[in-house]
Amino acid sequence: MSLIDVKNLSVQFKTDEGLITAVEDVSFSLAPGEVLGLVGESGSGKSVTAKSMMKLNPPNAIYAPECRIDLHLDSGPVDVMALKRPRDMEIVRGGAISMIFQEPMASFAPAITIGKQMVEQLLIHTDLNKKQAKDLSIEMLDRVGILEPATRFNQYAFELSGGMRQRAMIAMALSTKPKLLIADEPTTALDVTIQAQVLDLMKDLVAEFGMGIVFITHDLSVVAQTADRVAVMYLGRIMESGPVREVIRHPAHAYTRGLLNALPKLDDLDAPLTPIPGDIPSPLERPSGCVFHPRNPELKPGSRYETERPPLTEVSPGHFAAIFPEDVPGQP
Amino acid sequence: MTNALIKTENLSVEFPLGGGLFNKRTLKAVDNVSIEIPQGAFVGVVGESGSGKTTLGRALLNAVPITSGSASYDDGEEQFDLTKMSATDLKAYRRRAQLIFQDPYAALSPRMTVRDIIAEPLDVMGLTASREETDTRVREIAAKCRLNLEHLRRYPHAFSGGQRQRISIARALACNPRFVVADECVAALDVSIQADILNLLKSLQHDMGLTFMFISHDLSVVAHTCDFVVVMYHGKIVESAPTRELFAAPKQDYTKRLLDAIPSLDPDHRIRA
Ligand SMILES: Nc1ncnc2c1ncn2[C@@H]1O[C@H](COP(=O)(O)OP(=O)(O)OP(=O)(O)O)[C@@H](O)[C@H]1O
Ligand SMILES: Nc1ncnc2c1ncn2[C@@H]1O[C@H](COP(=O)(O)OP(=O)(O)OP(=O)(O)O)[C@@H](O)[C@H]1O
Ligand SMILES: [Mg+2]
Ligand SMILES: [Mg+2]
Repeated sequence: MSLIDVKNLSVQFKTDEGLITAVEDVSFSLAPGEVLGLVGESGSGKSVTAKSMMKLNPPNAIYAPECRIDLHLDSGPVDVMALKRPRDMEIVRGGAISMIFQEPMASFAPAITIGKQMVEQLLIHTDLNKKQAKDLSIEMLDRVGILEPATRFNQYAFELSGGMRQRAMIAMALSTKPKLLIADEPTTALDVTIQAQVLDLMKDLVAEFGMGIVFITHDLSVVAQTADRVAVMYLGRIMESGPVREVIRHPAHAYTRGLLNALPKLDDLDAPLTPIPGDIPSPLERPSGCVFHPRNPELKPGSRYETERPPLTEVSPGHFAAIFPEDVPGQP
Repeated sequence: MTNALIKTENLSVEFPLGGGLFNKRTLKAVDNVSIEIPQGAFVGVVGESGSGKTTLGRALLNAVPITSGSASYDDGEEQFDLTKMSATDLKAYRRRAQLIFQDPYAALSPRMTVRDIIAEPLDVMGLTASREETDTRVREIAAKCRLNLEHLRRYPHAFSGGQRQRISIARALACNPRFVVADECVAALDVSIQADILNLLKSLQHDMGLTFMFISHDLSVVAHTCDFVVVMYHGKIVESAPTRELFAAPKQDYTKRLLDAIPSLDPDHRIRA
């Protein structure tokens, strides 16, 4: 059975300028012990999707009536959309779901030492006593590669370097041994050696007790290193999803190809860096048809993609792309 | 040969470590660093998390007290001794040297519109004579950073992480600085905007003769943008070399370990640390 099922998630925000569509008709499932990578350009709705899984979006968020999010925890199933207040979610998730937020500073209260915050949440969510909670916190700080963890335990967030702060946050999120980890850009501030170490720790926890991870990142190499499956988002929609090997080796959507193309390659330092052409449109002016069509260099004027929304078409087993069936690569 | 814009000798920065009143331990975040940054250079700083990269950058911007050693700035028109700065010096130096932040969330005031955020340094420093001039300047720099007019009227909370970083870059560049410390400034950006911003920073380097200290943990990015790379470990510079040389033939063990840990895009080539 899956850990979480997200079906037809659509989220809009009420703003002074009007309604902004942040996520549109997104569906996916995650099994225990599975790692799902979520990638896509800035503003594609990754963080809003992540926050929706715990109903943590701000009050101006409107969820479409047809959307369903079902969590299957040891304590029983949870209908996330039916939760009314953020407090309900707190109670439901206990220590079973952890989220690493994209905003590192926002995750630590500035006037409380990081150790105190780690211990407090362990006391709330586990049966550990104070001494055990402290020992475990220091052990977790050590496991994410923080030197002198006992000293760091007594420091405030502002006294840590960017990467240490991010690691402390990861240590805190993993210390309750969650069943589901939602990690939003968790390694952006880490150097590559520490990043590799942190990714190993996450993979160990996946293997040890079947933690499932939704891993949001813009770094496709990190996805290649960690994820089983990947979903590529743009302007709130899933453009392509499938086994990570398939999607990276045989990208079926022009958008995925554009992302791969924009990566700086180490084997050719003279190659120019190529961004995807054009600007991300204002969220108030959503393109018709395929939302990517105005920036798609592969389309001819007058194509179907300008007016019709392409379905998610299966291009190989378990590998889907938002293209019309006649455009599946390798088709006659 | 171009002149050194920034020059340090045995620069150290120490922080007090907690502990008792009588047990004053300190932490040497930057430990005897000697570095020269030529005018117009794009210098990458890489290294372990906590190795002192941000602190070094902040010391060069005079945003953190220098404990010992020397540090100076000289752009041919103005000179500063960064260890002896009066309040007037500091004000003048702010126009010349700017920071692009690591954390786009902490950097932007939530109660100001994007236009005002970008305009603030211009107003504070009195660099523009009228509101019209400020507006023109804001629009110019915003366009360079791919922000449109509609964005300028909005508040930062309505932007995603990557969009916010473009705002803070525009803000840092609004006063036409000569020296920019970019601290993990593309870490929060997606690959496409990252490519775009890196191309932008490179073109600013060439068109405006800007000098960059580019702090990043992303070695592929550093390899593509920097002319020169400095590797830090435990507060010290352990290796520095022209980019190609460093990537082709790293000399120090730590540099080798760093290069070996670069994640591969090949899912069948998974590494363990
Ligand atoms: N509270 C909010 N009010 C209004 N609009 C919002 C709000 N939060 C997010 N948005 C909008 O929703 C869209 C999706 O934002 P989201 O933060 O999910 O992007 P993202 O994919 O996480 O991007 P990034 O990679 O930059 O973090 C964006 O257009 C953003 O401006
Ligand atoms: N304001 C401060 N007070 C106390 N200690 C500090 C302060 N700022 C930094 N430090 C310490 O100085 C050391 C160097 O930190 P710095 O932020 O320069 O590292 P960094 O190389 O930028 O790391 P990262 O890659 O993680 O951002 C760390 O041990 C950090 O905890
Ligand atoms: Mg985000
Ligand atoms: Mg730093």
